[in-house]
Amino acid sequence: MTLAVGCRARPGKSRDNKTGSWRVFKPSFDHEKCSKCGMCQTLCPEGCVHEDAEGFFDPDFTYCKGCGICATECPKEAIAMNQEEK
Amino acid sequence: MAEKKKTCELFDCGHRACGGCGAALTARLVMQAAGTETIVVNSTGCMEVFSTPYPETAWKVPWIHSLFENASAVASGIEASLKKQGRKEKIVIMAGDGATFDIGMICISGAFERGHDFAYICYDNEAYMNTGIQRSGATPYDASTTTSPAGTCSFGNRRPKKDMPAILAAHGAPYIATASIAYPADLKQKVEKAINTPGPCYVQVHAPCCTGWGFEGDQTIAIAKLAIETGLWVNFEMVDGKVTKVKKVVRKPVEEYLKTQKRFRHLFKPKRQDAEIALIQAIADRNAGKYGLDINLRKE
Repeated sequence: MTLAVGCRARPGKSRDNKTGSWRVFKPSFDHEKCSKCGMCQTLCPEGCVHEDAEGFFDPDFTYCKGCGICATECPKEAIAMNQEEK
Repeated sequence: MAEKKKTCELFDCGHRACGGCGAALTARLVMQAAGTETIVVNSTGCMEVFSTPYPETAWKVPWIHSLFENASAVASGIEASLKKQGRKEKIVIMAGDGATFDIGMICISGAFERGHDFAYICYDNEAYMNTGIQRSGATPYDASTTTSPAGTCSFGNRRPKKDMPAILAAHGAPYIATASIAYPADLKQKVEKAINTPGPCYVQVHAPCCTGWGFEGDQTIAIAKLAIETGLWVNFEMVDGKVTKVKKVVRKPVEEYLKTQKRFRHLFKPKRQDAEIALIQAIADRNAGKYGLDINLRKE
């Protein structure tokens, strides 16, 4: 007898769900003020803030929900939240 | 544009948590600490629902969900099976406070008493958030929820928070800790310790819920920090039943924490309820006495 397997999903399949469309406020990262501490990346609930080759950080707007945690927690106040333009 | 260095996230983007969700951040940080050789057992709750609406999943490690009450029983079975097969994967249980403090109590008690080797991570958002903010055993004193509403006859939840770490310490758990998303490095260190300590270990993570508690999503970390600074949440480590490490603070009055959230709004509007606020301050003072929270600035 073969047993049926329960519901399975491929790992990381949630990437199909482009949560960036939820955004009301959009963060903009000012690299001149940035001290590269990485707080925005550590505290992002989405895990959508990525480090570039120079050590600066930028969010992936496909998934950024615009919660604003990065802007509130940035010690250098290098992140500003602006109304999303649709 | 410079090429982006993608960091490996075992809890991936695209999950359906609210913007500013404390539980989603908990899952990310826990998975960063746990690594790839991990099997996650998830009880029912917000985290299970927002991370895995079929056929999507945000998890990149083996993950299983069964019921609300039996995450620790499922983990016990997996651990026994891995042991028989001679495999070394670590087991992490992710459960909310409802599943831990109320519904899963019997299975948790059984699994801790049998001494299975797993790390039990409870993300504590202090109510049943997934079903619409009903009170749980973890709901703090005077918080207004849909089943303990504040109004003319009531100030909200009349019972203090259950002391879950003490209950599990009484089971003889080798490592118990409380952590907060406001201190991510500390959280990750505690999760690592819980995973690497043989036997059933428990980490309770304070994870503010912007929807349930009533605050803007960007304040999640600030509020988690205030809970520690006021003494209403204590970050400690317990090894073999003895408290070994406590996060000490220069305490602020509890109102600074209460004022930030809609669930405590009835304590300030329409009239300030000094007697109730004093009762909550007494809870913070008791915590301070019990764990020695206060930093003594004067040198003796």
